[in-house]
Amino acid sequence: MADLAAGARGYGLIVAMWVRTTMAYRMSFAMTALGNLLMTAADFATIAIMFSHTDVLGGFTFAEVALLYGTTSTSLGLADLLLGNLDRIGGRIRDGTMDTLLVRPVPVFAQIAADRFALRRIGRVLQGLIVLVWSLTALEGVAWTPVSVLLVPVMVLSGAAIFGAVFACGAAFQFWATDAAEVQNSFTYGGNTLTQYPPTIFTKELVRGVTFVVPLAFVNWLPALHILGRDDPLGLPGWVDFASPLVAAACCALAGLAWRTGLRGYRSTGS
Amino acid sequence: MIEVEDLRKVFAVRRRAGRLRRTRHEVRAVGGISFSVPRGEMVGYIGPNGAGKSTTIKMLTGILTPSSGRLRVAGIDPARERTRLARRIGVVFGQRTTLWWDLPLLDSYRLMRRMYRIPDDRYHANLARCTELLDLGDLLEVPVRQLSLGQRMRGDIAAALLHDPEVLYLDEPTIGLDVLSKAKVREFLRELNADRGTTVLLTTHDLSDIEQLCKRVMVIDHGRLMYDGDLDGLHAVGESERMLVIDLERELPPIDVAGCRTVKVEGPRQWLAFPAGASAAPLVAEVAERWPLVDLSVREPDIEDVIARMYA
Repeated sequence: MADLAAGARGYGLIVAMWVRTTMAYRMSFAMTALGNLLMTAADFATIAIMFSHTDVLGGFTFAEVALLYGTTSTSLGLADLLLGNLDRIGGRIRDGTMDTLLVRPVPVFAQIAADRFALRRIGRVLQGLIVLVWSLTALEGVAWTPVSVLLVPVMVLSGAAIFGAVFACGAAFQFWATDAAEVQNSFTYGGNTLTQYPPTIFTKELVRGVTFVVPLAFVNWLPALHILGRDDPLGLPGWVDFASPLVAAACCALAGLAWRTGLRGYRSTGS
Repeated sequence: MIEVEDLRKVFAVRRRAGRLRRTRHEVRAVGGISFSVPRGEMVGYIGPNGAGKSTTIKMLTGILTPSSGRLRVAGIDPARERTRLARRIGVVFGQRTTLWWDLPLLDSYRLMRRMYRIPDDRYHANLARCTELLDLGDLLEVPVRQLSLGQRMRGDIAAALLHDPEVLYLDEPTIGLDVLSKAKVREFLRELNADRGTTVLLTTHDLSDIEQLCKRVMVIDHGRLMYDGDLDGLHAVGESERMLVIDLERELPPIDVAGCRTVKVEGPRQWLAFPAGASAAPLVAEVAERWPLVDLSVREPDIEDVIARMYA
């Protein structure tokens, strides 16, 4: 626990410094954040274009797909904003600057995650939120209950934690294979593309693999299906729709373990 | 302040042997060394490349976990309580900066101040002192990546001292520095040690660093401590020699002076070797009196030579 508090404090200190540095050039920050937003918006535009030819995709309407897209994009955006720099660890190990982090009184994880904190990545979070809010207003025939309303923020935050855990696992993996950044990207960014579409357009095997191998499905599919009042294609029991926070916690615990193991390995070999 | 007992570090290296088979080799980087450094001492830690110097330093700072042995720095086990130890030690890696590359020096210092929870008065006093003695006044607003090597090194040394560390590790602090920067760094370290009683452990390739700073030298080779004592003793053990290079007015037969031997003659230039423990002054006086001397220089033996002689 003390480690966690020290890590959070150190993270905050380093992030605050980078934000101050960024804000010294406000105009440049505004431009890059906007650019970030537009880049990701172009991504959503492809989906919009698809729906200009058809009203439903895999049985989902445009607004329903937008809900999926908005939640996952916001989740990934948050994880990317907060932990996206973790993949620099491979370079740090290769050029030997990892050692300089180990002699400071702040946990290494916090130092790497916060290093060169890029506030411009808030662009993706904003884009995701805009799509999400729009989809919530555009959805038709959804029976909103207090539970399903609460499920929206829970879904977004759990998703962010799951993506964050995948980032951390990928970073931990780089302790062993220092070129693993690409492998990890195929999980996070590839997973992101996957979860933007309704699960029914992919084959059952793929969906099953994604649900269990990389529990990215919990990012939004299962809770979103509950909100939309649909059955999931695998026919899992109803309670799994609400399991996202648990899955997120399990993922984070696993990531923490992987990180510790990786760091211990590094400290016994130094390479 | 530093206590090391039978410290060992063994790396397992996997090598490919055949298509799929891998064989495991054990490489002994540090093979059972023991020493202790009392508070306020300044010790030179030398040895050829790959001797185990850096591995030792990494274990002393908590970066690496020892394979076996007992290790205490300021009463703390570095591997177990790395972050607690970090507040009490300062580390300067000559080859890599601990500063934030893209930030002005002062921003790095401000961040360190909060990271290490340095009290206001200590921070300002230390920063003022380092700024003055290391001549950092004009550099504080410059991003680290724009600093020259010597400037960066001085910036790094200041960064390592802001939190009043009890032990300072310097890994090749003068590597690649020009004469002026070297002198400045050495002068600063000497004062630091004298005024604040900071314990300093210094690894270097440059024997003149040791000569000017350290009373005590430890020599490591092949992971073992080969020598631990004062510098004169090292020269005696190593039978190392200094070299007097003289330029005469014209080509002459090899000079013959008691207490040295002529090792090389090249036109009007001659090389005279004499024991490193002896003074060069009487030798120079005698040569100048008896031969038409134009110019001269004295070359210090380098570490590699001394060690090579020690165990030849």
